[in-house]
Amino acid sequence: MKKILILSTALTGFAFAANADITVMSWGGAYGAAQTEGHLKPFTASTGIAATMVDSDNPATPIKAMVEAGNVTVDVASVEYADAIRLCDEGVLEPVDVASLPAGDDGVAAADDFIAGAVTECGVSTDVWATVFAYDTSKITGDAPKTAADFFDLTKFPGKRGLHKGAKAVLEFALMADGVAPADVYKTLSTPEGVDKAFAKLDTIKADVVWWEAGSQAPQLLADGEVAMTTAYNGRIFNAAVAEGKPFQIVWDSQVFENEMYVIPKGAPNMEQAKQFVAYATSTQGERQQAQHISYGPARKSSMAEPIIYVDGKTEMGPNVPTAAANMATALGSDFQFWVDHDAELNDRFNAWLAAN
Amino acid sequence: MADAPQTMPLQTADGRPLKAALAQAQVKAKRRAFLLVLPLLAFVVLSFVFPIFQMLERSVFNDGFSANTPSLTAWFSQHPQGAEIDESAYAALVADLVTMQKAKTAGQAGTRINYVYPGTISVFKSTARDAAKMVPPLKDAVIATNPMWGDPVLWAAMRNASHPYSTDFYMAATDRKPTADGGSEKVAPEQRIYIYLFIKTFILSGVITGLCLLLAFPIAHLMAVLPTAKSNLLMILVLLPFWTSLLVRTTAWIALLQEQGVINDILVTLGILADDGRVRMIYNQIGTIIVMTHILLPFMVLPLYSVMRVIPPSYARAARSLGATSWTTFRRIYLPQTLPGIAAGSLLVFILAVGYYITPALVGGADGQLISNLISFHMNKANWSMAAALAAILLAAVLILYWLYDQLIGIDRLKLG
Repeated sequence: MKKILILSTALTGFAFAANADITVMSWGGAYGAAQTEGHLKPFTASTGIAATMVDSDNPATPIKAMVEAGNVTVDVASVEYADAIRLCDEGVLEPVDVASLPAGDDGVAAADDFIAGAVTECGVSTDVWATVFAYDTSKITGDAPKTAADFFDLTKFPGKRGLHKGAKAVLEFALMADGVAPADVYKTLSTPEGVDKAFAKLDTIKADVVWWEAGSQAPQLLADGEVAMTTAYNGRIFNAAVAEGKPFQIVWDSQVFENEMYVIPKGAPNMEQAKQFVAYATSTQGERQQAQHISYGPARKSSMAEPIIYVDGKTEMGPNVPTAAANMATALGSDFQFWVDHDAELNDRFNAWLAAN
Repeated sequence: MADAPQTMPLQTADGRPLKAALAQAQVKAKRRAFLLVLPLLAFVVLSFVFPIFQMLERSVFNDGFSANTPSLTAWFSQHPQGAEIDESAYAALVADLVTMQKAKTAGQAGTRINYVYPGTISVFKSTARDAAKMVPPLKDAVIATNPMWGDPVLWAAMRNASHPYSTDFYMAATDRKPTADGGSEKVAPEQRIYIYLFIKTFILSGVITGLCLLLAFPIAHLMAVLPTAKSNLLMILVLLPFWTSLLVRTTAWIALLQEQGVINDILVTLGILADDGRVRMIYNQIGTIIVMTHILLPFMVLPLYSVMRVIPPSYARAARSLGATSWTTFRRIYLPQTLPGIAAGSLLVFILAVGYYITPALVGGADGQLISNLISFHMNKANWSMAAALAAILLAAVLILYWLYDQLIGIDRLKLG
């Protein structure tokens, strides 16, 4: 069985084989570009180890397949927090020792320098990203939406809404819009009544929702005028607004934030270099360099000691990252444990709800 | 010659039976022909048949739980369904949890159970952490960490999973869940989706096939009767989109059909629609039907064309000269002759539509999803067993339809070009 798997994967795996010393798999787009500029290029410059970036829709899927087939061609992958936990549980990932990570530039040990939860059994956080909602300031000119409740208010702000097609972050957002305090969201969502409540809130706008799947679709829908407001990954909106000059405004109320993780699949071909890369990329400088290219907050406190300036040379990243104090007032940290347990169940319910008319 | 017996077989010059000599001569040719197709056969087996069977095996095979629970597996095999979940069962559970904690596989076992009994991954992990410190009575100790452990349904789920081969995923793929007595029941109405989507997939595919036939028939006929120069031009127009990337065509449709898109803009400019009354033609079922009909159209046009081209026009002329109306001529002379093309095109389009996923994913919105979108969803969520079970059901349904088709129309009447 295993041999057959190896054989068939090897046949398709040839395309992947690169001559570079290490291969990093990430999400492509603005995010992948930020990692190439902030991590891969400086890593090669300082160590002489060549690094290649490959894209995937969700790196968690191919690395699981590779490890199961015994033909791993990727050394480091960028995955979502809950996936890092899940893949670690499934024995797909190499464990990380926080003591092996470099101390911050200010001398604080890595264990204390990283924000809470940023280093797990098998992954090290590169940044904190958030699902926020945004609108086009050239379209909504008068009274501006300020809260999640405004997102669901079709009379005050007429027009279509963009939402991510998936249960995660959408259910939380709906509950917060319904007046549930961020601290109570997962408690509420753990009860059948709470889930009903979230879907009832979504029912109020269901007919006016355009669902998006890929991260780049959200700013596109907004730019096309297809939706009046949309939820989106904050970095995508920042990129459209600052780099492309689109008149988009982020509303930070009821943002749902989460860590993004670098993980090393078991059996990575260049294990030593991969570990070296992860240590470098998640060092004080590595996290800073990525944050210069995209507005996701560094996971190390020492990286934020000095203001981070965007590559345009003038935009300060501080107020644009999810972890900025002003943005955190009503923020909700995504509960990975909840999602590891309930992802399948709630997505089934979500898909059934979507398909029903 | 006249006195030779009637039954005497024909013989070659050297006295061997002609039949045997012929067969012998043909063996060589057959062997050579087989050697020629051998590379293709090997390729198909290696890259198509094997992976499919490997994937289908996953729909019944999942050892995430059974590989990590030797004691529980032994307990289940000694105690048949219906036995009381007693102290010895909990002792086996704790013994397994202790081993899992050491091997860090509690999440793996929990993941397998979580597919049929939601919420168990964290329960497995947290109980495994405490397992080594537990003292008898273990039943109370385990249930104290989480009352879920006392649920007979969870035990029934674990019993099913204690064997690497189970029908759990087929159960889930048909909107059912296990019950405490080892049977199954329908899931809550708001969780039911798969059967609904299977039916919807077949209905939508039927609609798309019908639309393709309706649109392709006149085009193919025109191409078949026009002079070569003009029909070649038409052929290029049919093939051009065929050669364009699927994603490009889908995205172009988005630009055309969306509410701020070209078609709505034109209708508003012409005053046919009010600016606030724009029609939603995409991100719903209509979008899926329009775009998929366009994308699959060439698969209907080409088989139709290849059949229509060789229908001699003299038949139709003969019918007309014998007094048939043009409708009768079409119905009784032309249409029956195009049947092999209609059959081939319809089968091709229908089977392609049933398995399509990228187009409904991009333009389907909420209600334009097909079953293939959920297969891809489960692939992405790494629940391969579930994806495999759904794919197997889809494959079986298509094969049944194919068999029905063979019974009703006959596969030998198929003409692909």
